[in-house]
Amino acid sequence: MKNRIGQCTDWFLSRFPLVKLWNEHMAHYYAPKNFNIWYFFGSLALFVLVNQFVTGIMLTINYKPDAKLAFDSVEYIMRDVNWGWLVRYMHSTGASAFFIIVYLHMFRGVIYGSYKHPRELIWIFGMLIFVALMAEAFMGYLLPWGQMSYWGAQVIISLFSAIPVIGDDLSLWIRGDYVIADATLNRFFAFHVIAVPLVLLILVFLHIVALHEVGSNNPDGIEIKESKDPFGVPVDGIPFHPYYTVKDIVGIGVFLFFFATVIFYMPEMGGYFLEHANFIPADPLKTPEHIAPVWYFTPFYAILRAVPDKFAGVIAMGGAIVVLFLLPWLDRCKVKSIRYRGGIYKKAVLLFVISFIGLGYLGTQPATPGATLVARILTVIYFGFFLLMPLYTRWEKTKPVPTRLTHQPSLEERLPGWIEFFNEVFPQTPVKDSHGNTVMKRRPDRTAMINALIRFAKKLKESLD
Amino acid sequence: MTNEGVNKSKRQFLTSALTVVGAVGTGFIAVPFLSQMQPSAKAMAAGAPVDVDLTKMEPGQLIRVAWRGKPVWVLNRTPDVLETLTTLTDKLADPLSNESLQPDYCKNEFRAIKPEIFLAVGLCTHLGCSPTFRPEIAPPDLGNDWKGGFFCPCHGSWFDLAGRVYKGVPAPTNLEIPPHKYVKDTLIMVGEDNEEARA
Repeated sequence: MKNRIGQCTDWFLSRFPLVKLWNEHMAHYYAPKNFNIWYFFGSLALFVLVNQFVTGIMLTINYKPDAKLAFDSVEYIMRDVNWGWLVRYMHSTGASAFFIIVYLHMFRGVIYGSYKHPRELIWIFGMLIFVALMAEAFMGYLLPWGQMSYWGAQVIISLFSAIPVIGDDLSLWIRGDYVIADATLNRFFAFHVIAVPLVLLILVFLHIVALHEVGSNNPDGIEIKESKDPFGVPVDGIPFHPYYTVKDIVGIGVFLFFFATVIFYMPEMGGYFLEHANFIPADPLKTPEHIAPVWYFTPFYAILRAVPDKFAGVIAMGGAIVVLFLLPWLDRCKVKSIRYRGGIYKKAVLLFVISFIGLGYLGTQPATPGATLVARILTVIYFGFFLLMPLYTRWEKTKPVPTRLTHQPSLEERLPGWIEFFNEVFPQTPVKDSHGNTVMKRRPDRTAMINALIRFAKKLKESLD
Repeated sequence: MTNEGVNKSKRQFLTSALTVVGAVGTGFIAVPFLSQMQPSAKAMAAGAPVDVDLTKMEPGQLIRVAWRGKPVWVLNRTPDVLETLTTLTDKLADPLSNESLQPDYCKNEFRAIKPEIFLAVGLCTHLGCSPTFRPEIAPPDLGNDWKGGFFCPCHGSWFDLAGRVYKGVPAPTNLEIPPHKYVKDTLIMVGEDNEEARA
């Protein structure tokens, strides 16, 4: 019997390079040994992609891409199909989770310089994935045919009509009708279910192939391939399998904890993951009082709203994404990791994060004059971060970069410090209980708290220098 | 196999010729594929005129009807409103409606055949939301400059009660006015006018 299995294996392996592939991408793919928490998000994105594929296929079994039937078929899935609610919430929560993960994954690239030479192409493929993902999410959001689906699609497709000369014909071609109608829903279903997922799969493949060609970056921003042992193995590298496969499973476990919490206890996430107005069927005669896109589009939406001109607004919104593609060439600093970069870059990144989150918040809020003013300021900061980058990264005073990976304290090594901090802020204090006896209880200590805050502020200032 | 005696220029010619034929063929097949996404014959045919009965309209009332899947507003304007409209000229981007879409018979200050009845497509010229009807003067959320009009909640565009856009808002032009005609004094037909009959 054992012999038979061996023969079958030999037959297969002589016809397919399984061992070679496995070694190249897993067992002999050497990744830097100092990956931190930021490095979970790549494998998590892949995990969520699989979740979206599986749950998406389940949903198409019962969904009807027809303007008359779509809304009811989603409610049918929610109420009458066995476990339909679970599959739908996994899909809708998965969409938001995907964007959280991708934004964190991109931010990791920004702080550790993962977009820099020789990884520019990985960044470009990654940005294409991001754009495809936005298209996928946008078209998917039309399918439930609720008020937000309808009017959100109306606004986004109208963006194309701002393009001079061809704009009106282009938006008509996308819609397939003079307004968002059954034709639009039906084609968006086709794109959402077949066309864009295929493109996404291909891009993910290219992203990973390009990554495995040049090797992973790391929090120190050093090329581990520059110091190799006599066997040609990077001394600071560890095989992806089993080290990082096992580590990533832990990451998936932690992710599932949060994912399940949202699915079971707050699937609508207070109107951020599934907007309230989308529980009303689409009405072409009436726009909801307050329309906002789903949270992951709001930073770009706020930029669109901040510009008081239709065409310029659309250009600014598109430019906010295009400028990300150019990041590898805008950044003139040779040092990759933020650990060794100058204070000016750290401050710029901090401002960028504030502007991105601020715009994201404002995009969910009504367009009052005050909010518009703030959005304009934040838009300037957003573009300033990128467009002034060739200047400020040139003046940057960088720190010396080590030649080998540095040791960072592990969780166990940090623990005593945290315990000490806890004891300082919540010291054992004598308190009288209800019987008049003096007992020792933990009570917050005001001066210790203020001291801790001052220390934190000083540390923050230091780390930004 | 040997490469001796290969007629390279012939091979090159055949390769180029095949590339050109392939490109032309791809171009030909692209036409039906791309054209398939245009509105179908059925979608283009749907667009029958709609009648609006004005007999039950009160002064200041707005009604919405669907025409070609779009909301069309019919507003009964009071003399006060018409008077306010004449005072707004310097706050508007295009008070004379030179840039906007409307039939010639509506290219006037009130943008209507009869000043008291205003009719327009209720979609913002910015990104196609349907603006809200806010006839009140200076409500707290819109401020003292608000003289009654249509407010687009999506991106904050302001229109007056003749559908004319204010300066400094995202919407580029005044609201579109569809072709329409009075069948009789209290009945409007949206989607058809006498212009074409005359031409």
